[in-house]
Amino acid sequence: MIDTLRLTAEDAAGLLERKEVSGEELTRAYMDAIDERDGELHAYLHVVGESGTGVPIAHKDLVTTKGIPTTAGSRILEGYIPVFDSTVAARCKEAGLPILGKTNMDEFAMGSSTENSAYGPSHNPWDPDRVPGGSSGGSAAAVAGGLAPWALGSDTGGSIKQPASLCGLVGLRPTYGTVSRYGIVAFASSLDQIGPITKTVRDCARLYEVIAGRDGCDSTTVDLPEPVQIPTAEDLQGIRIGIPKELNEAEGIEPGVSEQVQKAIALAEGLGAEVGETTLPRSVDYGLACYYLVAPAEASSNLARYDGVRYGHRAAGDGDLTALYERTRWEGFGAEPKRRILIGTYALSAGYYEAYYGQAQKVRTMIAQEHAAAFEQFDLLVSPTSPTVAFRIGEKAENPLAMYLSDLLTIPSNMAGLPGLSIPCGLSEDLPVGLQLIGPQFSENLLFRTGHALERALGFDFVPERLRHA
Amino acid sequence: MLEWEPVIGLEIHVQLKTRTKMFCRCENVWGEEENTRTCPICLAHPGTLPVANRTAIEWAIKLGLALGCEIAPRALFHRKHYFYPDLPKGYQISQYDVPLASGGRFVLPTAEGDREIGIVRAHLEEDAAKTIHVGGSAGRIAGAEYSLVDFNRGGTPLVEVVSEPDVRSPDEARRFLQLLRRTVVELEISDAEMEKGSLRCDANVSLREVGESGFRTKTELKNMNSFKFVADGITAELERQRDIYEGGGEVVQETLHYDPSTGSVAPLRSKEYADDYRYFPEPDLVPVEPPAGMVEAARAEIGELPGARIRRLEAEVGFDLAEGLVSGGRDRLFEEVPGDRRAVANVLMNQFAALSIDPAQVNAAELGKLIEARETLPRSTFAEALMATGDPDFRADSYLVEVAISDFDELDPVLDRVIAANEAQVTSFKAGKEGVLGYLVGQVMRETQGKANPKVVNERLREKLGA
Ligand SMILES: [Zn+2]
Repeated sequence: MIDTLRLTAEDAAGLLERKEVSGEELTRAYMDAIDERDGELHAYLHVVGESGTGVPIAHKDLVTTKGIPTTAGSRILEGYIPVFDSTVAARCKEAGLPILGKTNMDEFAMGSSTENSAYGPSHNPWDPDRVPGGSSGGSAAAVAGGLAPWALGSDTGGSIKQPASLCGLVGLRPTYGTVSRYGIVAFASSLDQIGPITKTVRDCARLYEVIAGRDGCDSTTVDLPEPVQIPTAEDLQGIRIGIPKELNEAEGIEPGVSEQVQKAIALAEGLGAEVGETTLPRSVDYGLACYYLVAPAEASSNLARYDGVRYGHRAAGDGDLTALYERTRWEGFGAEPKRRILIGTYALSAGYYEAYYGQAQKVRTMIAQEHAAAFEQFDLLVSPTSPTVAFRIGEKAENPLAMYLSDLLTIPSNMAGLPGLSIPCGLSEDLPVGLQLIGPQFSENLLFRTGHALERALGFDFVPERLRHA
Repeated sequence: MLEWEPVIGLEIHVQLKTRTKMFCRCENVWGEEENTRTCPICLAHPGTLPVANRTAIEWAIKLGLALGCEIAPRALFHRKHYFYPDLPKGYQISQYDVPLASGGRFVLPTAEGDREIGIVRAHLEEDAAKTIHVGGSAGRIAGAEYSLVDFNRGGTPLVEVVSEPDVRSPDEARRFLQLLRRTVVELEISDAEMEKGSLRCDANVSLREVGESGFRTKTELKNMNSFKFVADGITAELERQRDIYEGGGEVVQETLHYDPSTGSVAPLRSKEYADDYRYFPEPDLVPVEPPAGMVEAARAEIGELPGARIRRLEAEVGFDLAEGLVSGGRDRLFEEVPGDRRAVANVLMNQFAALSIDPAQVNAAELGKLIEARETLPRSTFAEALMATGDPDFRADSYLVEVAISDFDELDPVLDRVIAANEAQVTSFKAGKEGVLGYLVGQVMRETQGKANPKVVNERLREKLGA
């Protein structure tokens, strides 16, 4: 009997290597779990159930998969079946990772709860009345709920780190440019990055190793400066960890979240890390505003291709070209993409560009400089990943601004193109709390090393309490 | 009566003949079956990304240098947005505030001296797909029953050259365009054929009084797909603007469509062109930072430019022939063909030009011999022989031996005998009785037992009789 709730990807790889289970048996175990729990969790939009030589994987539904529906959580891509594989899907395939299915997400990755999915929300395995976070909520729910050993998510403003945090998992947002975006349904091109959502830091490093590296199909990718190291060390000797005041004392951080993060920081000190306070004076205040100009501006452009002419949804009925565009897009897009297309179109309009998009790019440079200054003294920065634990479904659905604050702490480093790792560091109100580790560009190995040592010391149990069997 | 001065700037699009498209690996080829040269990238499937074509960048740099431009050390691609089915992404990848090449000048030689046309910029972009509107009028979308899109052309590398408003007449616009065409053809970066659309030209046209400083409202003129239509379209628009001003009106800034069948211009429906393109830097591409070596290599590949060649040849044959030879692409051949310079130039610009022979196929030395023998040949024979020069194996001596000289050598004595023996008929022919010639030809045919070529005989007789 395979306990998919507890099995890590590394464990699963071991079972396969030692031929204790076959690829078919492994996939069947996950398919049984999906049958049992996905009705409640709604982690998947499409279940595929492939088996193969490697550890099966779930892809967020914006990862283009040849021959397998890819909707990005939107009606406008209902029925769209890609004719090509994204680079990350191809790399997973080459590594022998069969596809279990495509996971639910906020439409076009616009959201922090999966409630913006056109196909209904996913539910948090720790408490199905609560959201799993977003936009990669389906991937997080699948992994935490034992419906996949690991999964790919995408992170624009915090869409990997935040759901990993809310579901008690490990999530890596890689350095911008280390993972190919070719075949990733675009939201905001200068921010989108694909990354792993896993149960352990070692799993995270293993999956990152599969997907990372320069891709000729994505001009913005680069070669990794050093090979990925699967972490083993359990101490933090010599690692200087900075606590940016603004990221740790921001308004809206729940006391229970703060408490767990502070405990984890104390633990890091115990493991040999040098811990000190630092500051990012304007990154947090300006980060969110800046993000909500850059991301919608790019989204308004990236979503222009959904016009009903070549693929996806096309409105029925007669009319001229404008009517075709208007009706198709009105019917195909949900409220959040519409909102962001409007904001973004406005921000890019003649006469407003300099004041909005142009200014936001300058702020972005400033945010990157503030982080660079902090990294002169510290190797890594630390903060809560999400200001809150998982909130109730519907709690913020009617208030976009409250929802946007979910990403307050993940956005600044994202704007600077920096990598960030979220690891679970405890419970608050019986729900997982995530610790965010931020490093300079290409510092993934250091993030893995630090995350792994803390993970060992914290001893967090990633199986949701209510699902733990005797 | 007021004197008006035209102020004209051209926007010229040159399709590059690279092997593949600008941002994908699809074959870049004209005239294939619709939608057979496409891929997820040029069809804008979700998640696809552009990768810039290195050759296209090199060629655009080459053209920029040939236009005297500065090459930007760090050029940017931008997205230019509008909704139309020819644009699958909903935006065109183009260049905006940091184009690859800018600040050049193009020297247009004239009989009165050099004219300099400023080049604002030469930037790289991707072509749109081709839309075909079925039903309705004039192939326009307005009133069409349905529209089809051929994405083969979508993503073709395109260099847009924008001139300063330095052009002062429709004819100068035509000559500028023709010389620019020669430049890109000689750089071997484009076929630049207007009828195929691989060279396209729009014009910004305004008028002002002679002596007036500053510019008045301009209109943008589109759809002029031949050199003649460029001149005709601008002429028509200048007349329209003059009539407006002289009638006390004001010219309105708008985009106009030239209709060659009526010779008139009419406004394009504004719906077909957006007015706010919402440019922003293309985040899917990195800036183009051409290494110095690339720019220098491109510079080294540029030979003598057509404008300079006109000036050089002018000394030998005068300005008009020199310009004609260069614009028509017959200057290289001219320089290789031996013989009297003016005679060679005249033949190349007249009889030869009418034959649409590829000059590259011609053996220049043999053509020289033929031109030298021209005075001794009937016109039709010379024309036929010229036609034969399109064959690289053409040899003037053997051709003339077989076809013409032997005929004349043999025919002339016979002709002279027939003329001498038929004095009365000759007199009445010279008096205008055309029919008599047939009788004389018949006599020659009888004497040669039908071996002579009646057409040659006919012509040679006319020559001898001074007709
Ligand atoms: Zn293509």
